[in-house]
Amino acid sequence: MTTAYERVQAARRKGRPTADYYMQRLFTDFLEMHGDRRYGDDPAIVAGVGRLTGRPVTVIALEKGVTTEEKISRNFGSAHPEGYRKALRQMKLAEKFRRPVVCIIDTAGAFCGVGAEERGQGQAIAENLMVMMGLTVPIITVFIGEGYSGGALALGVADRVWMLENAVYSVISPEGAASIVWKDAGKATEACEALHMTAQDLLACGMAERVFSEEDGDFDKVCSALGTALADELVALSALDAETLTVKRYARFRAMGGEET
Amino acid sequence: MINKALFKKPNNRLEGEQEAARDAEPTVVCAECKDTLPRAAVAGTDFVCPRCGTPLAMGARERIRWLTDEGSFQETETGHRAVDRLGFPGYAEKLVKAQRDSGEPEGVLTGLAAVDGEPCALFVMEPYFIMGSMGAVVGEKITRLFELATQECLPVIGYTVSGGARIQEGMFSLMQMAKTSGAVLRHSEKGLLYAAVLTHPTTGGVVASFAMEADVILAEPKAQIGFTGPRVIEQTMRQKLPPGFQRSEFMLQKGFIDRIVPRNAQKKELSMLLKLHGRGGRA
Repeated sequence: MTTAYERVQAARRKGRPTADYYMQRLFTDFLEMHGDRRYGDDPAIVAGVGRLTGRPVTVIALEKGVTTEEKISRNFGSAHPEGYRKALRQMKLAEKFRRPVVCIIDTAGAFCGVGAEERGQGQAIAENLMVMMGLTVPIITVFIGEGYSGGALALGVADRVWMLENAVYSVISPEGAASIVWKDAGKATEACEALHMTAQDLLACGMAERVFSEEDGDFDKVCSALGTALADELVALSALDAETLTVKRYARFRAMGGEET
Repeated sequence: MINKALFKKPNNRLEGEQEAARDAEPTVVCAECKDTLPRAAVAGTDFVCPRCGTPLAMGARERIRWLTDEGSFQETETGHRAVDRLGFPGYAEKLVKAQRDSGEPEGVLTGLAAVDGEPCALFVMEPYFIMGSMGAVVGEKITRLFELATQECLPVIGYTVSGGARIQEGMFSLMQMAKTSGAVLRHSEKGLLYAAVLTHPTTGGVVASFAMEADVILAEPKAQIGFTGPRVIEQTMRQKLPPGFQRSEFMLQKGFIDRIVPRNAQKKELSMLLKLHGRGGRA
């Protein structure tokens, strides 16, 4: 039995593939598109257009970076408002050109800092949630490592949410939860369990549709399974008309925490 | 169907409700100048600090009584209670305390009301219930209010106050951001007005969802409005924050809110907005 804390450790382990690894293997003809046309380009989010088994798709990924230098330049995968606005721009283009959206998430959360606040971190995330709820093309979001708070949800309003075996998704990081609830960041281990944040937890409560085995660390095999699943699921979702798609997407989230009391 | 007679119904459910523990407290403290005032000195007024003019915290029911036309408020969705789905340590006790502090079962009140004769759907978040923290009940009640307003072609007025997500509900809390955003979108697509009034403090998941999704965003003076709270930014970034950071006046300057409206002008401005937007689709 793997504990939640062990999953979090695995999700953070040095050498674990970041978004770029999956993008290299899942998509061909990928062209990165930079900038939000409002303020700047946020390297924490990589977005663009490529092909999945031949068909054009929009890809948006939170990228933590691999080398120390790259990690710093990508702000360790914590996006600023301009990152979310870049993602939004690409989603609107996906809708225009009738291609599905694949989001890949790996982030410790939206960046907290003066600049992010001044440029409207809350507004940027809010707008993504609302636009994604009505986007008329399929959206699949895959969690490959960590995903916390509104910074993950801002790319997570999807028709399908898939998670790798050791991926975690939580309202807040375990350290953040521990310091707010118990005023002690050292209680992160307890918080991991209390938050019910593992892929298995989310599958059980319907917040994730699939969990992918990590094949004992053979991530090429993981990519191959993911690629097949994405191709199949996008065919199925693309068969739905826009109205049905968005009604089902709303219903997916509408049911969460909503039973009659 | 909701008929118009409903708005004229004299049964104002504000009366006869359980009195909050805070009503028994003889004083109220101004968050700005830290002045302690006798509650009697501000009761029945706009609830503004007589010394520095800062709006004082107002309980949701108190605010509804102050804002809406007498007898017009018809509360909806009164039966919802928080569920400790995760069995989170200490949550059950925290809920009991929050209910005692606020005199309310949860962190938001919803209903139909009239403001200066203009019918609307109204939600008011409760500062005395874990500082308006957003759990599943808060998300569900707000979602249901938007769905009702969409069905009945009514504009929505929403007063926000929130410290953010309710951590004790884990992902069930986070998902309310998506859920409420879907309900706001459906209401908006019908051409109906949604006006939000951001009060002190409005932060975290509420800012990153329905607070910032309104067509018109008003704020009370000096309210703290932001995604990450200032304490967390200072601790994480080891960065001293400039004075006035994340206050309403700052947010106005940065372009994220439409207007700062003092308490004594809110009722008038909201009714003007409702009239200017043709009752949000009803005209």
